Amino acid sequence: MKAEYVTYRNESPYPFCPGCSHTLILDRLNAALGKLQLDPHKVVIVTDIGCSGLSDQYFKTNAFHGLHGRAITYASGMKLANPELKVIVIMGDGGCGIGGHHLLSAARRNIGISVLVLNNFNYGMTGGQHSVTTPHGGITSTTRLGNLERPLDIARTVAANGASYVVRTTAFDKELPNLIAEAILHEGFSLLDIWELCAAYYVPNNTLNRRTLEDLITRLEMRTGVIQKEERDEYARAYRKQTALQIGKPTLRSKSLEPHFKTGLDHPIRIVIAGAAGQKVVSTAALLGTGAVLSGLYATRRDDYPVTVMTGHSVSEVILSPEEIFYTGIEQPDLFLGLAPEGMKFSRRQFAALTERSTLYIRRDLLPIETRARTIPLDMGRVSKKEAAIVAVAAMLHHADLYPMPALQEAIRLKQRPEIAGETVRAIENSSKVIAFG
Amino acid sequence: MRSEFVEFVDGSQAIARGALAAGCNFFAGYPITPASPILHHMIRELPKVGGVAIQGEDEISSIGMCIGAAMTGAKSMTATSGPGMSLYSENIGLAIMGEVPLVIVDVMRLGPATGGATTVGQGDVQFVRWGTSGGYPIIALCPTNPRECYDLTIQSFKLAERFRCPVFLLTDREVVATMSTIKIAEYQETAQSHDQAPIVEKSGDDAFVPYGINSPAEIPHLSPIGGPHLTRFTGSTHDELGFLTKDPDKVARLNQHLAAKIEARRDEIESVFSDLQQGATTLVVSYGITARSAIEAVHIARQQGKKVSYLVVYSLWPVPENAITRALNGIERVVVPELNLGQYCLELKRLANSASSSPRPDVIGVHRVDGELISPQQILEAIR
Ligand SMILES: Cc1ncc(C[n+]2csc(CCOP(=O)(O)OP(=O)(O)O)c2C)c(N)n1
Ligand SMILES: [Mg+2]
Repeated sequence: MKAEYVTYRNESPYPFCPGCSHTLILDRLNAALGKLQLDPHKVVIVTDIGCSGLSDQYFKTNAFHGLHGRAITYASGMKLANPELKVIVIMGDGGCGIGGHHLLSAARRNIGISVLVLNNFNYGMTGGQHSVTTPHGGITSTTRLGNLERPLDIARTVAANGASYVVRTTAFDKELPNLIAEAILHEGFSLLDIWELCAAYYVPNNTLNRRTLEDLITRLEMRTGVIQKEERDEYARAYRKQTALQIGKPTLRSKSLEPHFKTGLDHPIRIVIAGAAGQKVVSTAALLGTGAVLSGLYATRRDDYPVTVMTGHSVSEVILSPEEIFYTGIEQPDLFLGLAPEGMKFSRRQFAALTERSTLYIRRDLLPIETRARTIPLDMGRVSKKEAAIVAVAAMLHHADLYPMPALQEAIRLKQRPEIAGETVRAIENSSKVIAFG
Repeated sequence: MRSEFVEFVDGSQAIARGALAAGCNFFAGYPITPASPILHHMIRELPKVGGVAIQGEDEISSIGMCIGAAMTGAKSMTATSGPGMSLYSENIGLAIMGEVPLVIVDVMRLGPATGGATTVGQGDVQFVRWGTSGGYPIIALCPTNPRECYDLTIQSFKLAERFRCPVFLLTDREVVATMSTIKIAEYQETAQSHDQAPIVEKSGDDAFVPYGINSPAEIPHLSPIGGPHLTRFTGSTHDELGFLTKDPDKVARLNQHLAAKIEARRDEIESVFSDLQQGATTLVVSYGITARSAIEAVHIARQQGKKVSYLVVYSLWPVPENAITRALNGIERVVVPELNLGQYCLELKRLANSASSSPRPDVIGVHRVDGELISPQQILEAIR
């Protein structure tokens, strides 16, 4: 039999000002926990910053006291990692302002945490400044002549964004223990927007009291009571349900290659492939490198393309070497593949650095071009755009004799899906013909 | 290297694999070039090991979720680039203060603000060190290639758990995105994590002292929220029980502890590769992608008959002072190439100033901030 938890409060007296409703609400939370008889080891009270943020220290449960406005993020992480936990967030109206996005996201996810907003219309801890819930006209230390902003309707905002249990009430509501208990039991995201009195600031500055607090709600036309209650999949469980079939699938492993082709290459070769989006330059460069690796060489590949990936240049730099490669940059390419004006423009500095000892493989339609490099025109007339890079690379491989063609073919079969690999291998079969007199 | 098994891989994959090998089971991150490939890998991979990976609504929530998860016992990691690091700042402080084991991957780009999203830079070196208020130490490791990405990711998890503090894996666009050939046999780290001494069980719910230590350098035990003990976490100045305090003795003890636990164990963290030549008067000190240029420059210099020593720093923070001081012995000229306006060279200057040799070695920075890599040639010119 489980022991009965008489109270979840510890011995420490509350620190709050006389007349501050935080005291009242924490007693109601204690009553709610008492009703539910939850194992305190499975309960964590997550507090924000502010007077309300002091709350976790008065309970015999687990406690987490984080940063201003971010309580919901820690609470979400805990619930995601351990869905068994009952995660109760206590935050102020101030926290709901600075951390507003977290409030919306938690509601949209319907993540199973319960948020108690101790809504006293101002920042108690820092000297009674206005908050997102200060009523229009409200006097605070930063709205001395009256607040010009409209208050945020926290309850209806989270309700509109997917929170599945939402209540608005006051700290004086006799039903509060039941409402909090219901929120904690609720599977999805629950929030109680609890209006209350800040005895130090908002009350004296605005002659607010228990009675006028209720009038205020009426005046602002904000409904009290249960505003939303529905059953929707809770996020942490929904995530586990959705990913259940993934468990045990093989994880990312090294694609280990055994070099078994031979090459006579005895010095580093630096290659620039200057193309355009859609020519599959980057994946082709990876194939070129993989083929080299299968031939016992070291390889590196670095790329550049704009963030708008479907347009503009696409350039890869590949180094092949019998020795380990440290520096991956290329100042002076040995081989330069000119496949598109965009890439030629981007790599103009490397192009300008070509010497008599370099070889330029270039699409015939990009000629004439001034260069000191030995120029090999590529007749790519009937080659489709997406095969441009691989056909040109294969032609270069033939011509420059970097490593055996079967190594590139094997790289293609290793890296591409079978249907695609077949097509690619066919496409490069006649690649030597793109070099005139090749 | 014929007939040895090898792979052709980039750093993002190696980091993800390192995280999996270390037992990572929680990841939250917000998309940002050039760190997004890590997010994608983790989103795809973690469900396979029963873990959770999620895209947060922003960087603040991403690191926040990681911290929350870590305190329930998850092995957490997040990854971002400069702008996201700025948003992590306050929570880095929380992780330091609350003693959270957390791995943060920073894939550096160039420049302040949005800077160059797809351009390489090494401008966050001092930023990770001093990236939050208060000025307390963190640990940062810095790989130069995919193999080290894997090894140092595992090492980051070990250190994060051992020290209960955020550990940064400081990488850059080039290290993460460039593919290189790696010999499989050269991967060093194997999956195993730091063994905490068992928590001494006492009876009663008040028995566990979440921040209980007997000496300033001791590292408190972490009992996960939801586990066998009632426990408390806080980012405010606290006593051993995790309650807020202003008692000067307790306040001093806590703040000194946060530094002492790292200071006292610098040896456990210190990690460099050094290749010192007898009689060399020039030392090249480098890290990250730039170390690859430095190594090549030194090879060329040696072929030219020059005597040059070099040191690659893996554990950027705390500064591996023992190894560097040893390497400075007899050195007249220290060359520090980095893709910023001179950040780690400040540390070298500090150490060179207290070097025992006389005259004190000159520290020469080689800098580049145009988005290109520092070439071996540039370093050679500084080696002379
Ligand atoms: C990032 C940050 N900005 C500002 C503060 C200062 N601060 C502490 S509490 C607080 C407002 C708290 O107001 P609220 O959430 O309404 O709680 P209350 O004190 O009214 O219970 C502020 C702005 C902080 N701690 N952190
Ligand atoms: Mg308030």
